[in-house]
Order: sequence, then structure tokens, then C-alpha cells
Amino acid sequence: MSLANSNIETNLTMKPTLDPNWPSSPALESRDSVRLAKSYGLFVNGEFTPSSGNRKYWTINPANEQRLSRISESTAGDVDRAVQAARNCYEKQWSRLRPAERGKYLYRIARLIQERSREFAILETLDGGKPIRESREIDIPLAAAHFFYYAGWADKLPYAFPNRKPQPLGVAAQVIPWNFPLLMAAWKIAPALACGNTVVLKPAETTSLTALLLAEIIQQADLPPGAVNILTGHGPVGQALVEHPGVDKVAFTGSTRVGKSIQRALAATDRRCTLELGGKAAHLLFADAPIDQAVEGVVNGIYFNQGHVCCAGSRLLVEESVSDEVIEKLKQRMGTLRVGEPLDKNTDIGAIHSRQQWNTIQQYLESGQADGATMYQPDCPLPKSGFWSRPTLFTGVSQSNRISQEEIFGPVLAVQTFRTVAEAIGKANNTRYGLSAGVWTTKGSRVLNLAAQLKAGVIWANSYNQFDPASPFGGYGESGFGREGGLHGLSAYLTY
Amino acid sequence: MAKRKTKRTTNPEHPRLPVLKTYKMFVGGKFPRTESGRHYTPRVKGRGLGNFCLASRKDLRNAVVAARAAQASWAERSAYNRSQILYRIAEMLEGRRGQLIDELEIQGATEGQAASEVDQSIERVVYYAGWCDKYQQVFSSVNPVASPHFNFSVLEPTGVVFHVASENRPLLGLLSLVLPILAGGNTVVCLASSTRPISAITLSECLATSDVPAGVVNVLTGQLAELSAHFAGHREINAIALDRPPRSKNSIAQSIRETAADSLKRVHVYNLNWARGENQNPYLIRDFCEVKTVWHPVEQISSSGPGY
Repeated sequence: MSLANSNIETNLTMKPTLDPNWPSSPALESRDSVRLAKSYGLFVNGEFTPSSGNRKYWTINPANEQRLSRISESTAGDVDRAVQAARNCYEKQWSRLRPAERGKYLYRIARLIQERSREFAILETLDGGKPIRESREIDIPLAAAHFFYYAGWADKLPYAFPNRKPQPLGVAAQVIPWNFPLLMAAWKIAPALACGNTVVLKPAETTSLTALLLAEIIQQADLPPGAVNILTGHGPVGQALVEHPGVDKVAFTGSTRVGKSIQRALAATDRRCTLELGGKAAHLLFADAPIDQAVEGVVNGIYFNQGHVCCAGSRLLVEESVSDEVIEKLKQRMGTLRVGEPLDKNTDIGAIHSRQQWNTIQQYLESGQADGATMYQPDCPLPKSGFWSRPTLFTGVSQSNRISQEEIFGPVLAVQTFRTVAEAIGKANNTRYGLSAGVWTTKGSRVLNLAAQLKAGVIWANSYNQFDPASPFGGYGESGFGREGGLHGLSAYLTY
Repeated sequence: MAKRKTKRTTNPEHPRLPVLKTYKMFVGGKFPRTESGRHYTPRVKGRGLGNFCLASRKDLRNAVVAARAAQASWAERSAYNRSQILYRIAEMLEGRRGQLIDELEIQGATEGQAASEVDQSIERVVYYAGWCDKYQQVFSSVNPVASPHFNFSVLEPTGVVFHVASENRPLLGLLSLVLPILAGGNTVVCLASSTRPISAITLSECLATSDVPAGVVNVLTGQLAELSAHFAGHREINAIALDRPPRSKNSIAQSIRETAADSLKRVHVYNLNWARGENQNPYLIRDFCEVKTVWHPVEQISSSGPGY
């Protein structure tokens, strides 16, 4: 879906002759359709309002470190205000609305996102550093699709849960990460509203702009004030929100460390909670796989969105008999990836999201080499300012190395080999995480066996990083609990 | 010690001395006493029920090892086979109906209550036996994704479940959660009712002589407060079923949840009246399952649509 559409047969048996230093004409997306305000307030009770603390911070473009706009830091008082607004709206309006009408509001939002998709795509790329091609073709259309999908569920909920009477929970507190800002907001808000809940959402501190544009759309769609509230700010705002006594439901996407602290913080309550956390997914690549197609899928699996993906295929387990060939082809393909200006339509790998994340990635690159693994990076040019990381591949990795156990959240692939199916399964499952896995083989019975054996919530067979609002997403083990997407995603927002 | 009801005596002039039972735990298909050598004596209306094992941390860990070892092969059995194995439990219980009723009375129930609890328990086994090969169809889906992929979601067992059984319904309460846990392909370590532990042990004896493989169900007796930190923190336990009023007992639920967060265990707290019919349902099976979604591309030569 990003670097190559996996259903299209590719036949790259010839060595690509593309010189990485070969100059291409820039194809910059124009910023003209985006008007950035000098600063942004919070979105509470249907209105943009200043934070009561009046503290603001800069949001920057990670591709050049230039300041984009000032974002408001919410206070505990703002959290109170937003939860109260959500509660009022829930009790007086949203939960009393006929379900079909709730659905129609969501259809409106879906359409408005489509209408303003260009703005959204540019903002997403400016604020987060992801290639414009990905924002335009993946993030924004999928966000609209999520609203469109869940809109239709609003008046059909009893059919999803036989012999039960589904009821909304109340006020949902939702905290989302910076890697897919608008898409994660859609994953959270759409099912919550469809099920009759109201929402207080906190976007990541570094990626508030598309959430605030979504707030504008929610105003345009004329939703009852308080149905959706958006609070910007850093971690403590999220903490105050999920721990607020007026909240009935917590949904979090982010790191496993924070997920555990949320589960701990909610221990004294009976508040419902779903967590979508980290991953350390493995690709299992067998000798009978269509190698070129698999290489394309592995590259897509790890370098999509700079590897800032919880389900990134950050481990490659390749059958020993083809490992030399696969590694050689991976290196060739990596050499053709263009790293640079995210607004350029030719760009494959955009900017690392922040200096902090860049530092984390550097530490893992050092750790991998210190543990004895061999590092490979193509010799591609990098821009002068901003945060950048070349696509990276480690060979000679052992199971205990940090780079094969810990989530890096960057464009770093750890390659290991295997000889038997049992060994491949054992290595793939040797992780505390369990979000996703990839299987590459032409043997149908093996696909189905591995799909059952791999301990992960999503199995991509002969494909990778596919997403759809109708398809449940979520993990086993320390990748969290609960599902988003599909009929399964409804149950996080209902009681019976 | 509590007296059993004697329905017949061979010679009324010389009443025989009954044989008292040594109560043991049920771990890995065997009946060990606790390795700690400790015991406790629960009392009902002032009378001791017997000397019961006070399970230690080591006993708990042994039980988890047994449950983990049994889990994969239990989950790999066909749904039809699991269904028959569960049904066999009902056959075993039916044969012990009288004993189970007697023991509930000894533990404080009236004759009517005891008979009703045993009968409901047997019915519940039959109910969940029937679900084993049906819940997957109810909860699974083929998902209509927009891209050319075949995409389906199924349920898989969460793994090893620790079950803190109901204090007040020593037989029905225990079965009401153990059965859905087993039906979903999980294995379980149960902590029996601490004040009324006899029924859980007799149930274990039924299981041991049924077709349930060793290690699939393990039963400990002991004190929740003593064991809670150990099972909540044990990394080989994937989920916890806590059958307690949610905020009772100095918030034991809270401390269990706090410790369980270190390994992101799924913690389910139940406070249901198990005598009510609506509290047997396949949603309890789903509570101990994970949703797995599988994608596979669909060839796009003779058709141009996404397929399903």
C-alpha cells in the first residue's frame, strides 16, 4: 500500500541500476492551501478557547526544525472543563439522539475530511515529517474511511451483539500518538461517537495541528457542543485526563511503558480501558516465497513512515538457503529509497519525527553494533537541517540483542536466519509483544499453519502494513488489549 | 470434623467409625498436598470442615507450569473433541450428584439450595460443552476490506488463566468461569473458595476421572491475600478472572490490577449472580480470547474487485 502494492506482481530480477545520487527534479507539494494560525487554543464545548494557564509551546517541522505555530498547554482546570462539557453533551444531547442521527453526523465528518483532504495531508506532513505521498494516500483517506465505516454502525448496534442490549459508556478519554495523528484520532473518535459516547481527545504534543483542523470540521459539521473536545499539551495532560474521575472509558495508543502506567493508574477503578501499544513484529520469509515481492514487502514493512509504526516489521527471519540472496536484494532496494523533504512527492522516507526519537534511534544503532551485529546503510544524501536517519539493516543479529527484542520505532531492520519452520515460529514468538507478523511463502497450507501459530493480533500473509476500517487491529501480550476497527472495535465503547 | 449424612447403617447397635478424608490439591492431573506442609481449617457454624492445604507460592508456580505445559495441546484439539471432553465432565458430576449435594450442605447450604446448585452446575457443564464448537462461528468474521485481500478474524485462547473462584457458590461459581475459560482453549489454575473448599476438591476428583487432560484444570486451596501478588505478577499467566465484588476486601482487586499491569495481563472482575440464566453466555468465552486477524492478497487477473 505504500512503497509497493503487494498484489501487483513485481519482477525485479535484474539489479536496479538507479544511482542513489542520481538527481531528480523536486516535486514539492505546495503549502498554499494551508493557512497556519500564529497560535492555537483548545477545543472545548464546541468552541476554540485559550488554555486557562495561558502557556504555549512551539510545534516544529521536523524536516527543517522551523517553527510552525504555537500550541496551548492544557491545565488541570481545562481537563475538568472538557470532561464536564463532554458529560453535559452526553447526558443532555448525544445519548438521547436517535442513533440514525448520530450516524449522519459521522457521515458529515467523513465527507468534510474528504473535501479538505489536501489541507490535512500537507499539515500532517509539515507537522510530523511523514512523506506527503503517505499522508495523501494512506493517512487521510483511511481517516475518512473510518468515520464513514462507523457512521453506518450507529443505528445497527443490536445486530452486532446477539442477545444483548448495547449501551454507551459515557465520556471517553482518548490519548493518541504522533505517528499517525489524524488517523489515530479517527480510530478513536469514530467508534466512540457511533456507540453514543462523547469524547475528550488528547493528541500527541508534537502533532496537534490535524487534530485541531478536525475540531474545525466538527464545528462545520455542527455537532452538539461538547460531543468532541480536544485538549493539546504534553504527557501530564494525558495523565490528568485518563485519571479524571468524570471519565468512563480510557483508550490509549502509544508506548508499552505508558500503557502499563495507565493500567496501574486505573487499578482502583472499574473504568473500561483499551490499550494499543508497541510491537516487535517479525517477517518470516521462506525459500519458496516470490523473493522480489517479499523484499518489496519487507522494505514496505519496516521503512513505511520512517519505521515509526507500532506494527513495523522490524525483524526479518529469513530461511537460511535464501538469506544471501534476500539480503543482497534488500540492500539494492534500500539503495533506491529516497530520504529527504517530506513534502516532495518522490520521497520514500521522510524526517525522523523529533530530536528525541532521533536520539533513541542512534542509541539502538550503537547498541546493535556494540552487540556484534553488522550494520548496513545505503550511501544516500541527507538534508542539512532537520532529523534524518538512513534506512538501516543489521545482519548477524542474535535473539538476545536489544535490536531484536526492543521496539526501536525507527527505520531499522534486524535480520536473522532459520532452518526449520519450528525454529522460525520459536524465534518469531520469542517476544513480549504480539501485535503483528508477516509470512512470505507460496505454500497455502504453510500460510494457514503460521497464521495460527504466530502469537500476534494481525497476520499479514504475502502482504504487510495493510489497514482497513473493517479489519480489527490490536495485539496480544504486551502489545495491549482490545481491538480497533471492524465490528470488534465497537465493544470497547459499549456496555450491556 | 463435620459429619456426613449417613443414609444407611449396617448395624444400628454398632455404628461404624467413618473414615475421614485428607483433602489435597489438584495439579497437573495429580493430587499433591502442599509442598509447604501448611494447612488451615475453615469452619462452618463453628465446626471445622477439615484440614485443607494452604497453597504456597511454590505450589502456585508448579500449577502454572502444569497449566502452561497443557495449554498448546488443549487449544490444538478440535472443537468437537473439546466439546465431548466437557460433556464427559457432566457425566462424571451426575454420578457424584449425591455427594456434591451432601458436601454443599456440610458447607452451610440448605438441602434445597444444595440440590439446586448441583443441578445448575451440571446443566452449566452441558451448556458450555455445546458452545465449544459454536462460539467461533458466532464471533468470527470475514471483513469486507476495500483492497484486494481476503481478510478474516477469529478468536484464539488468551493462554493460561488464573481464576479466583466465588467464595459463596463453591461449585456453581467455580464452574461458571472455568467452563467458558476451557471452552475457549485456555488452561486454568483455580483458587478454590477458601471458606468452602470441599466442592472444588470433589470436582477435581471428577475431572481426574473424566477425559480432561492433566494440567488443563488445576485447583489450589489457600488464601487469596497470601497468593495474590504472586499470581498477579507471574509472567506465564496471561489473564486473571477475579470473582469478587470489585471493591471488597481492602481493594484486593486494586492491588491485583496494579501488579498485573507489569505484564499487561487481562484482568476481568466478575460480581455476577451465577444462579441467573443470563449469566451463562458465550461472551464469557470471548473474555478469555484474543482476536486474530489474517490478511492475504487475492489474485487480480480474472476479476477486478476486492473479493469478499
